[in-house]
Amino acid sequence: MDRIARINMGAAGGPTVTFEEVGEYAGLGGRALTSLLIAREVHPLCHPLGNENKLVIAPGMLSGTTGSMTGRLSVGCKSPLTGTIKESNAGGQAAQVMARIGYAAVILEGKPEGDDLYKIIINKDGIKIEVDNSLKLMDNYPLVEKLRQEYGDKVAYITIGSGGERQLLAASIACTDPELRPTRHCGRGGVGAVMGSKRVKAIILDDAGMKMRAPKDPEKFRDANRKFVEGLRKHPVTGEGLPAYGTNVLTNVLNEAGGYPTYNFKQGQFAGAAKLSGEAQAELEIKRGGSATHGCHRGCVIQCSGIYNDKDGHYITKQPEYETVWSHGGNCGIDDLDTVARLDFMDDNIGLDTIEMGVTIGVAMDAGLIPFGDREGAIRLLDEVGKGTPLGRVLGCGAEITGKVFGVEKVPVVKGQAMPAYDPRPIQGIGVTYATTTQGADHTAGYAIATNILKVGGDVDPLKTEGQVELSRNLQIATAAIDSTGMCLFIAFAIMDQPETFQALLDMLGAFYGITMTGDDVVALGKKVLSAERDFNARAGFTKAHDRLPRFFYTEPIAPHNQVFSVPDEEMDQLFNW
Amino acid sequence: MNITVKLFATFRTGRFDIETRTYPEGTTVGDVVRELNLSEKELGIMLVNSRHVKLDHRLGEGDTLSLFPLLGGG
Repeated sequence: MDRIARINMGAAGGPTVTFEEVGEYAGLGGRALTSLLIAREVHPLCHPLGNENKLVIAPGMLSGTTGSMTGRLSVGCKSPLTGTIKESNAGGQAAQVMARIGYAAVILEGKPEGDDLYKIIINKDGIKIEVDNSLKLMDNYPLVEKLRQEYGDKVAYITIGSGGERQLLAASIACTDPELRPTRHCGRGGVGAVMGSKRVKAIILDDAGMKMRAPKDPEKFRDANRKFVEGLRKHPVTGEGLPAYGTNVLTNVLNEAGGYPTYNFKQGQFAGAAKLSGEAQAELEIKRGGSATHGCHRGCVIQCSGIYNDKDGHYITKQPEYETVWSHGGNCGIDDLDTVARLDFMDDNIGLDTIEMGVTIGVAMDAGLIPFGDREGAIRLLDEVGKGTPLGRVLGCGAEITGKVFGVEKVPVVKGQAMPAYDPRPIQGIGVTYATTTQGADHTAGYAIATNILKVGGDVDPLKTEGQVELSRNLQIATAAIDSTGMCLFIAFAIMDQPETFQALLDMLGAFYGITMTGDDVVALGKKVLSAERDFNARAGFTKAHDRLPRFFYTEPIAPHNQVFSVPDEEMDQLFNW
Repeated sequence: MNITVKLFATFRTGRFDIETRTYPEGTTVGDVVRELNLSEKELGIMLVNSRHVKLDHRLGEGDTLSLFPLLGGG
């Protein structure tokens, strides 16, 4: 990982590639690399789909090593959905393979004239860029099938479906899993539209002839990795709950706690929640010959995913995540897992963010396009997106635009990005993260649910305002650092509760790079990333007035707790106070 | 007094999903946990009527008690 490749898609006479040393970005990866580079090189006022924007694709600091859980790939750009800086990350095989080929980052720059569509082949011999117009408007599943016939199964694919090609603002970038299913998505912020604007349909990553990245101190690294894995296996969340039930185990938790937004954020509990729950989902998956336990990349010891089959035992999709089951299920008044699975497949296939699309359908239901609870109607709306009809293009541009087009007042977005599966009124901590994160509403940016609801890594009362800003600050800093390592964020459950597991992570980083890594270094890295992102957003025109929730969260209480969001503005404005 | 007890995830194994059970006045969350042989070490989230409580919380007539092992996701 000592080189950066720059691909100028807009070069006169066709795309060109230049290589450079990693230089000042040495030792960085993931979100640290994408955000520092975007903040430095991209004009903050550029049009996100114009030639001045860049798409930076970066494996994490430990990706491509023998370290477990290191398969996260970050992509960064100016977001066409939010107008802010964006880092969106995904699992799958791509990060490991790109890191082993030797790239700290691959940067797509410029944009070509004309209609040609390109694919990029990256292997040990270099980088080739080819026109392939036979791929036009293909969706992810058939696209990967077609590419496999040419490039085989021992590679990783990064692709966009028709959503990205059409530059829809909810478009994602797909990464293939170990079985070459395009199921792991850099979902949020419309990163797929930026790839589409550069006319890049697919990136094929082939690490044949390359080795695992070698640590500076192999023995210490091996020892630290062993302790790290032990820690993940012994923690109840990473060792038992997530493998057995997946992330959707949260449906019952949030519903019981009254923080499960339904009917487009009108109630905090859903009568059909039990039918959508992780417990019900795992039972169904096993009964139908799928699996309730599956890893998105080789080297994952948590295995939080699964395989969801139909009643005849045929594959529909990977196990839908909690946020997907919520967005397409409870939020839309739909209590049927098979419908959710269909919608999840369609999102993955067209290449769309499942959170944005579920919230968008909820807004469309609120507008009266279809009634709440209409299963076939929801599928029909998503089908419009896949076909690229005018209605489909509106919906594919997300909740905020759909709300504007159809005159809906209550649209749950921050900085234009749809709010995920946790209501900020009964869970004040997550509201602070939604409002203040550099990314637009995003639960992963500072997952206060852990401390507010799950009581992992501490205990802060979700219904009170006290301590929420400090909590969100600490979580946002830690997350920015973890997102840079290539580690899956779910390791946080174990490292927050078990000091020896956190030490093992520090030792892995230290042994790999031949340095001593401390907790303070992690904090410093997180702050550096957040400061760069905040600086970009400020130059893009964002002020503290944008670090707020939509007004109705301050004025309309939600049952059963009948609370509004009430963390004082002045406190939230102190979040980034270093 | 009547208490609706809801169990989730691994706590359901060999027990039940939801039951209305009768307990004497003064029963605490901890009493129910012990009665059901739930491991306190595995205990994650305790909610009474959707609010987080501790083991020493005294239950009242008609309460709904939800018990989860330590869980995470997102």
